[in-house]
Amino acid sequence: MKEIRVPVVERILNANDQVSEQNRGWLHKFGIFSINLMASPGAGKTSLILQTIARLSSRVSMGVIEGDTARVTMDADKVRQAGVPAVQVNTAGGCHLDAALIASALSQLPLAEMHLLLVENVGNLVCPASFRLGTDIDVLIASVPEGDDKPFKYPAIYRGLQALILNKIDLLPYVSFDMDNFRKGVEMLNPGVAFFPVSCRTGEGLDSWADWLESRTRQGTQSSD
Amino acid sequence: MHELAVTEDLLKTVLRHAAEADARRVRQVNLVVGDLAGFVGESLEFYWQILGEGTICRGSKLQIERISARFACQACQLEFVMDSELAFCPQCGSHQAKLMAGNEFFLHSIDIDVDE
Repeated sequence: MKEIRVPVVERILNANDQVSEQNRGWLHKFGIFSINLMASPGAGKTSLILQTIARLSSRVSMGVIEGDTARVTMDADKVRQAGVPAVQVNTAGGCHLDAALIASALSQLPLAEMHLLLVENVGNLVCPASFRLGTDIDVLIASVPEGDDKPFKYPAIYRGLQALILNKIDLLPYVSFDMDNFRKGVEMLNPGVAFFPVSCRTGEGLDSWADWLESRTRQGTQSSD
Repeated sequence: MHELAVTEDLLKTVLRHAAEADARRVRQVNLVVGDLAGFVGESLEFYWQILGEGTICRGSKLQIERISARFACQACQLEFVMDSELAFCPQCGSHQAKLMAGNEFFLHSIDIDVDE
């Protein structure tokens, strides 16, 4: 018996990355632009999806994957009521969606009729940042009541974003939220990231988000990395 | 975060490479982990010892090489090391710093016993 060193150099979570690449290839084959929507619980992910549908579904054909940790279908039901195909994915307690869950959900969507896929990740600011899904861009929905310190406390998720939405700006007069401090944290981690302050309750700011998303979708998969 | 799922993935990867090399036993697993990768060494080690039971990895050592977070200032181009995601350039004070290293998380090599 002798001891030897075997060189490997293989990324851990490589299996997830491989499936995420398959997802991306599959989505691009159908010409679908896709976004991974992340947020803490209660920030307004489903509200934003419904507001996005209200503004875009007549112009862009969409599908939605709803991720939840519990065995519920209420979010997917709301999306279907709005006239958009939706698949509910339950992680059975898991803290994030992974590429294999997305692969399985994709097989249940009418991909040939879609140009835009919205994926609602599990409400969590930590774990979803580490698991690639195969989507084109990562979007975070922050919200005013969470506080302006969140970029400083959850840097990993802020660093990888292509767009940042700040929801519930109608509450700014009622809670202490230092917008300058929030913006400073965001700029440190992700200089120049597209930023959309919105209120899903009053509708403020949602048109510019919807226009941006429509334009990114029309640019299609060419500009994505 | 999710160190259990990650350690399971690590074990699968190690066992696959060990089998390919006809290993009798895995003695040491050499990992490279960036300081900003978000993985706690003690936690990985804890799960490694539990998950390795009943496999040829039983009792093996998890050797972790940490990589410091390194940034490049977008204003004055200085490259610097900082122990935080919220980096500012020590030369010009700019907060516009691009992360160059520190997110690594990969299996570097395995030390195994093989037949002579």
